Amino acid sequence: MPDPIQDPKAPTSAIELLVRNHPGTMSHITGLFSRRGFNMEAIVCVPVDGGAESRILLLVPDEPRLEQVERQLVKLYDVIELRLRPDLGPGFFAGISDLMGPEPGGARRASGLHWS
Amino acid sequence: MKTTGAKLLRTLLERQGIRTISGIPGGAILPFYDALRGSSIRHVLARHEQGAGFIAQGMARATGRPAVCLATSGPGATNLLTAIADARLDSVPLVAITGQVSQALIGTDAFQEVDTYGLTIPITKHNFLVRSASELLETVPLAFQMAESGRPGPVVIDIPKDVQNDEIDVDRWPEPGRAVAAHPCPENSVAELARRLAAARRPVLYLGGGVISSGAAELACSLAHRISAPTVCTLMALGAVPPTDPLFMGMLGMHAAKGTNLLLEEADLLLAIGARFDDRATGKVAEFCPRADVAHIDIDRAEIGKIRQPFLGLVGDAAEILRRLLARLSAQDRPEWRARAIELRKAHPLRHPSRAEDPLHPLNICRFLGEALPSDSILTTDVGQHQMWVAQAYPVRHPRGLLTSGGLGTMGFGLPAAIGAALAEPGHRVVCVSGDGSLLMNIQELATLAELGLPVAVLVFNNAQLGLVRQQQELFYDRRFNGAHFESTPDFAALARAFGIRGERLSPDGDPLDDLAAILASDGPCVIDIPIHEGANVLPMVPPGAANRNMIEEPEPSYSHA
Repeated sequence: MPDPIQDPKAPTSAIELLVRNHPGTMSHITGLFSRRGFNMEAIVCVPVDGGAESRILLLVPDEPRLEQVERQLVKLYDVIELRLRPDLGPGFFAGISDLMGPEPGGARRASGLHWS
Repeated sequence: MKTTGAKLLRTLLERQGIRTISGIPGGAILPFYDALRGSSIRHVLARHEQGAGFIAQGMARATGRPAVCLATSGPGATNLLTAIADARLDSVPLVAITGQVSQALIGTDAFQEVDTYGLTIPITKHNFLVRSASELLETVPLAFQMAESGRPGPVVIDIPKDVQNDEIDVDRWPEPGRAVAAHPCPENSVAELARRLAAARRPVLYLGGGVISSGAAELACSLAHRISAPTVCTLMALGAVPPTDPLFMGMLGMHAAKGTNLLLEEADLLLAIGARFDDRATGKVAEFCPRADVAHIDIDRAEIGKIRQPFLGLVGDAAEILRRLLARLSAQDRPEWRARAIELRKAHPLRHPSRAEDPLHPLNICRFLGEALPSDSILTTDVGQHQMWVAQAYPVRHPRGLLTSGGLGTMGFGLPAAIGAALAEPGHRVVCVSGDGSLLMNIQELATLAELGLPVAVLVFNNAQLGLVRQQQELFYDRRFNGAHFESTPDFAALARAFGIRGERLSPDGDPLDDLAAILASDGPCVIDIPIHEGANVLPMVPPGAANRNMIEEPEPSYSHA
């Protein structure tokens, strides 16, 4: 699958979620995508409402099966609201990457031996 | 009032109306087991946590109300997983409570620590890791509410040991969690459906397990008769329509009677109610009901259009929608379509040797059970050939009269589920039809059964093999058999006796079905080993992935009983 951030032609969809902010929420959400073979191209998550809730932005491949994932997302207890954000394209997420500063790298990445 | 997390949990479950819990204790759940002493709740000690999970499922499936199972952390929790996943796929309201290591030890690879929360995310409706005793006041009622509301399903509550020991003050008890009514679907959708049904020439009702869950079986039958629509059931819906109903076409799909699948080819309107277009029901989806427009009633919006795009989706409670639909429909007589259904049924009966020729042919046994058992009996099955023979030939006379693992297809389901059903519905004869492969997967629950002395009869359709595997290898792998035959099978009657239960073996000589009736007539638990022909196949069969019209049929019966 082409990388949408690198390849602006690959169709993507940005989804915004309002969720309950607790340790399991992100696992519930990402699990719905991973077990259907979706790669998540980008995730942004920030606390709102004094930390009781979070806003999450997801950039995911836009393909027919996405609608089923959206419907499953809405069913999650921890997901309070879902809306599509067609106004946020890959460029928006590339901009966030720029804000994050230089990529990590160096010795660990080169050796590939940090896992055990 | 000062109390501990464990005592709090006990009170919340009592207030919830829970009378029986199945489980196995262990270190991380011991505070709760201590609190459970002297409770009105009866604890049923299973012999394996998967057994405990399926005992709870048996209670929940027999009654439609949430049931509770209990396990400790680590292996206790992982042993529950199959029963939880099974409840998820068949939409069974189950609340699984697991002990967890103390919060200070979480993440340290402590003794019997496993990430129960992480493991159960994809197989539950929702799950909780409780972080303080006071959280239980919210979590427990919510768990029951979630398990029972909308599309039912399993909920896990993982409770660290320190939370169970935690002391707090409780001055006010929360209301027990109860099912929340689904939003009513828009009236114009109901009106549209009524119009389309009236305009259809060859409508068929396709009922799924949701019809049983919502208590909509009688309403679905009324609808079928009101509009003269032949009706097919999924495995999960068997019992929704009386087996003698002239419009009842039996189970659809992979092991349907041929006439049933052919009727679906001719339908011009298919109304799916609480069914999810499972591949075992639809065969090759692109060729399922090729002439039919589909309307779909389901309480889970995500099911609408998941597999087949309907022209109309109605999201809501099936019973509530059917009541409104019936109010809009006058009687419609479709004599030709009714006659066509009867004609197709008569043209394609199940082929098998007669009772006189082969009394122990599986289909003859299943039919005989229909005659010999009281009409309010509850049948459970395991998974495999015997399950499909039951679905084809046993007349399920009432909703919840057949409890079977449909979606997950879990071998080992039948015996513990039968124990659960017998616990929840005292006074009913419970029969578990199993196979020699399946029964061994939870055979240890015979000890639980012996202890409880429940009226559960276990029938072992014994062909010394994993029959459905053998059948697939015969039909689709050019008879390259591997891993399907048991070199050694136990003497099941002796095994039952070793557990302290009556054990019998039917002899094919004489009149074995009379012998079977005599054994079933006596009270108490028993195991009946029934030798069946090792070459018997479940037919007709649609090859996996093929369209439902392509059914492999039984050649003329050629073998005699071994």
